[in-house]
Amino acid sequence: MIRWLVGLIGLGVTATSALAADPVMIGVGYLGIAGTRSTLSLVEQPADNDGVAGARLAIEDNNTTGKFLGQRFALEERRIKEGEDAVQAATDLAARNGFIIADLPADALLKVSDALRERGTLLFNAGAIDERLREADCRANVIHTAPTRSMLADALGQYLVWKQWKRWLLVVGSHDEDKLFADALRRTATRFGAKIVQERNFEDKGGARRTDSGVTLIQRQMPVFTQQAPAYDVLVAADESEVFGAYLPYRTWDPRPVAGSAGLVPRSWDASQDQWGAIQMQNRFVKLNSRRMTALDMQAWTAVRMIGEATSRTNSGDVKKVTDFIKGPDFSVAAFKGTKLTLRDWNLQLRQPILLVDGRMVVSVSPQEGFLHQVSELDTLGYDRPESKCKLK
Amino acid sequence: MSRMWRVGLLSGLALTAAPAHAFIAYVSNEKSNTVSVIDTESWTVTKTIKVGQRPRGIDFTRDGKFVMVAVGDDDTIQMIDAKSQTVVDSLPSGPDPELFAQDAAGKILYVANENDNTVTVIDLEKRARLGDIQVGVEPEGMTISPDGKTLINTSETTNMAHFIDTSSRQIVANVLVDARPRFAEFKHDASELWISSEIGGTVSIIDPGKHEVIGKVNFEIPGLRKEAIQPVGIGMTRDDKTAFIALGPANRIAVVDTATRKVMKYLLVGQRVWHMAFTPDEKYLLTTNGVSNDVSVIDVAAQKVIKTIQVGELPWGITIAP
Repeated sequence: MIRWLVGLIGLGVTATSALAADPVMIGVGYLGIAGTRSTLSLVEQPADNDGVAGARLAIEDNNTTGKFLGQRFALEERRIKEGEDAVQAATDLAARNGFIIADLPADALLKVSDALRERGTLLFNAGAIDERLREADCRANVIHTAPTRSMLADALGQYLVWKQWKRWLLVVGSHDEDKLFADALRRTATRFGAKIVQERNFEDKGGARRTDSGVTLIQRQMPVFTQQAPAYDVLVAADESEVFGAYLPYRTWDPRPVAGSAGLVPRSWDASQDQWGAIQMQNRFVKLNSRRMTALDMQAWTAVRMIGEATSRTNSGDVKKVTDFIKGPDFSVAAFKGTKLTLRDWNLQLRQPILLVDGRMVVSVSPQEGFLHQVSELDTLGYDRPESKCKLK
Repeated sequence: MSRMWRVGLLSGLALTAAPAHAFIAYVSNEKSNTVSVIDTESWTVTKTIKVGQRPRGIDFTRDGKFVMVAVGDDDTIQMIDAKSQTVVDSLPSGPDPELFAQDAAGKILYVANENDNTVTVIDLEKRARLGDIQVGVEPEGMTISPDGKTLINTSETTNMAHFIDTSSRQIVANVLVDARPRFAEFKHDASELWISSEIGGTVSIIDPGKHEVIGKVNFEIPGLRKEAIQPVGIGMTRDDKTAFIALGPANRIAVVDTATRKVMKYLLVGQRVWHMAFTPDEKYLLTTNGVSNDVSVIDVAAQKVIKTIQVGELPWGITIAP
C-alpha cells in the first residue's frame, strides 16, 4: 500500500515536471520493405523513401503543434530485407514506439498485427489496398489510411459513368493483384450501370522494362492487341504489376481513352493536387524531401497526422487514450481533400475522396455529384457497412 | 474627409447620388489576378485593377489612402493608390502572404505567411520588415483585440488560435479549436473571440481573458450534407448582437444571434462564399462567392439578399473604404 502510494507520488512528480520542462515523447515507428518495385514509366519510379518521406513531414507538422502542447514526436524507420522476419522487426519497433506506420504486403501485415495485439500497439496500414484486410481479415488494432481497390475502382467508375463512357473494354494482367483490381472494376461496373463489353488478358511473359528500342516494338504490339474489339467507349486496364498498362494510351487500335492502371488513374493523392490549401503542404514536402509527393507519402502523412490530431485533442501521449479517441465518434482529420476525413467504425478504414489524375493534372475528384448516400457520400466508394464481412477483433 | 475626393472622382454619377450612401468596395479575384472595384451606389464594377499573382487578403489602410492586397504567389503585399486605382508600391511581407491585420493606428501590419509558419511584422510607414513570430502550421486568420494589446493568429493544420502580445511579440496562450481554423473576429466590446473552423464545421467562441472555448456555434441545413458546411468569414454588427458567418460550399450565410449562439436564418448567396465586408453605415453586407464569380449584397436590417454583382474569377477577399 505504501509502496503503491510512493509510486503514485513519484509518477505525479514526473508528470508535472514533464509539463514544465520535458515534453511528452511520442514514438512512431515506420515499417516497410527494402527496395522499390520497377515501373514502366521512368518518371513514376518510386524513390527509396517513398512513404516514409510523408511520415517525416507529418512528424515535423506535429512537432510544430507539439511545441505549444509540450509534446514531441520522433520517427524510427525500419526496412525489412528479403528473408527477414516482419514480426521480429515489428516487435523490436514496438518496444520503443506505441504507434507503427506499416507499408507491408497483406500477409505480413496480418502476422504483425496478430503478434502486437496483446501489446496494445496501434498499427496504421499506409500501403496495402487489399479488400480482405478490411473485410474477412480485418483487425481491431489496424487502421487503414490507404484506400481499398474497391474505393479506387468506384471512384473511377463514378466518373466514367458521369462522362457517359459506359462501355468498357477491360484488359487484365496475369498477376494476382491485377486480377483483384479487375474484380473490383467488375463490381463497380455492376453497381453503377457500366457494361464490360469484352475482357482481354495480357500475359506477363517476362522481359525488361528498360530497353533501348522499346518504343518501336510497343507501337507495333499494342494496336494489334487491341484490334477487333466490340464497340467501346473507354479501355479500362487492370495492371497493378506494371507490365503493360502504361503502353496503352495513344496506341489502341480504336481511338479511345485509357483508364484504370494507366491514363486516367484513381489515387489517394497526386503531386499535382493544389486545391483546398494543399499547395502549402506540397511546398513543405518538396522543401523537406527534394522531390514531389506521392499517394503513399500522403497515406503515411495522414496516419502520422491522425496520431498528432488525437494527441493534441486528448492532450496525451498515452497509446490507449489516443487509440480510443481515434476510434471514437468525435474523431476527424483534415487532409487537404476539401472535406473532413473520418473512420468507418465497422472496419477502421479512413473515408476519403479519391483523385482522378492523368500524371499532370487532377482531372476530377470522386465521389461525383449525384452519387448519394444516407450517411456520407464518401461511403459510395468501396464496400459499405451493410455489405461488410468485417468483425473487428 | 476621405470620402470627399472619391465623390469627386465619380463625376456625374456621384453628383446625382446622395453622397452619404456611396461607398467603394475592392474585391480580390484569386484566379484572375485582378481587383474589382464596386460602386455601392450603382452596384456595378467601375474598374478592374491588374495586380500580382493570387490576390487574397485585402484591406484599406486606416487613412483610406491605400488598399493593401496580399499577392501570395509573388510573395508580397501590393499597395493600390485609392485615388488613381493603380498599384503604386509593395511591402516586404515574407513568403506567401495570405491574410493580415493592422493595429488601430495603422502603423504596424501583421501578415500570416502560410509557407513558413510565421507571422511577419511590418512597419507600414517605413514599409520595412520589423521581425517574425513563429506560430503553428499554416497560419491564416489574423485579427487584433480592440485594445490593440493582443494579436490573434489561427494556424490551419495546428488547429489553434495563438494569442500574441503585441508589445513583446511573444505567444502568451494557445487555444485548440476545431479543424482548419480560417478566420478570427472579436466582438467590438472585446468580450468574445469568434473563430471559424472550415473542416470542423463549427465556430468556436473563446473567452479572451481566460483563453478558453466557452461555446460553439453549430450549423444544420436540411437537405445538405454536413461536410458541405464549411464556415470561413465572420462579420459582427457594431452592436455585437448579430454575427454573419459564411459557410463556403453550403452557399449560405448563417445569421447568428450572438446572445443565444443559435442560427436564426440562412441566406442563400453565391457558390462557395468565403469573406465579407459591411458598408460603413452597416446597411449592407457584401460577400465574395468564389465558384460563381460574384458578390452578393445583403440588406442587413431586412436580412435579405438584394443583389448579385459579377466580378473576376474566384473572388476571395473584400474591403470597403472607411
